[in-house]
Amino acid sequence: MSVTRRIALTVNGERHEADVEVRKTLVDFLRGDLALTGTHVGCEHGVCGACTVLWNGRAVRSCIMLAVQADGAELKTVEGLADGATLHPIQQAFLEKHGLQCGFCTPGFLMSIYELLTRDSAPSDEDITDTLGGHICRCTGYQTIVEAVHLAVEKMRTK
Amino acid sequence: MKPPLFDYATPATLAEATALLVHYDGEAKLLSGGQSLVPLLNMRLARPAMVVDLARIPDLDYVRADGDGFAIGGMTRQRSVEMSAEVRAQHPLLFAGMQLIAHPQNRNQGTVGGSLAHADPAAELPAMALALDATFQATGPDGVRTITAADFFLTYLTTSLEPAEILTAVRFPTLPARTGWSILEVARRHGDFGLAGVVAIVGLGADGRVASTRLVLFGVGATPIRAQGAEGLLVGHTAEPALFADVATRAAADLDEPLTDVHASADYRRDLARVLSVRALTEATTRARAA
Repeated sequence: MSVTRRIALTVNGERHEADVEVRKTLVDFLRGDLALTGTHVGCEHGVCGACTVLWNGRAVRSCIMLAVQADGAELKTVEGLADGATLHPIQQAFLEKHGLQCGFCTPGFLMSIYELLTRDSAPSDEDITDTLGGHICRCTGYQTIVEAVHLAVEKMRTK
Repeated sequence: MKPPLFDYATPATLAEATALLVHYDGEAKLLSGGQSLVPLLNMRLARPAMVVDLARIPDLDYVRADGDGFAIGGMTRQRSVEMSAEVRAQHPLLFAGMQLIAHPQNRNQGTVGGSLAHADPAAELPAMALALDATFQATGPDGVRTITAADFFLTYLTTSLEPAEILTAVRFPTLPARTGWSILEVARRHGDFGLAGVVAIVGLGADGRVASTRLVLFGVGATPIRAQGAEGLLVGHTAEPALFADVATRAAADLDEPLTDVHASADYRRDLARVLSVRALTEATTRARAA
């Protein structure tokens, strides 16, 4: 006997209402119910960072949040970054600096970096490392991601 | 994995929440930030009949300076404490300790009350609470009571909160003048639970000798552990390296058998506790002399 709840939330500026099973995680709701499959599911216990989304402006793990907890929240996912066909400066910086190889972890990185650069337009190296530390990437070795963050800072400053 | 079936409630008041806890008689779990509970649900290590989400109860999210301490609401995000300019300026130990908790993405969701009530013995907040003589405020069916940190942590993941009590606030005293602090831990990876950690507080008297001290070890037992035998070797003496070595050796020797697991043996954890104690006492004393 599954228990459901009606929730209303805003994702990437669009309002959604849905009946969700209370045990459904937020990432499964985003992917399965809203078909926003850009957010990836990795470890399912809050360690790898692939599922990171913005929840009322803060980067959080959507695999260890229940969808019902997001009732009334404003979310932003990786689908909300680009402006049509124009990549967000952080995405463009990842492309130019080869900040991704397989790309599985990338949506999560992008959202955490978005939060960082929204809060602080000139983050210290320490802040960058602290932010990236919440994500696992098995391809790049992280150096190109760090370079992409620095390039994104420049792009967003001159924008 | 995915969470098992459970019922879910969003009480609007503490009274409604405690009534649910009474009704479910041990079969309900409180959901705060969910950074421990939801992984446990995902792995099906927790199978509550009812999950009671505290998020809709007002007035549980605040950081208030009250002159010689900070009162923090149970539902306050760890990140909010870390980002508080007042905490950063007036309580550098609390500020530093917050930054050791997992990753910013976890601290954005994880709460102060949740971490304390979960009572993981390797967690930073319980160790800081014990070292600082924090006081806990709990609301239950019979009203509100205050619990000292010394009485709060009983064993692994177990506190003195009654089954129908909710941790609503905790108060962390600030440190007095001529008092220094240190919090150090060793983890396999940045952001992981520490294999072992230490909180040290050293207060110096007018004569330059140690007037008061706290040495709390975490990750090396069933709860954070106050090394009282070791503290006793320090008080009344001049803080100097040779003494720190003796104090740290005593602190490590007094530990019951620490955990052995895939990450570290009991002996390694015990040795880390010793080494970190020397470093933390040294750092705390340096800060006390500058304070």
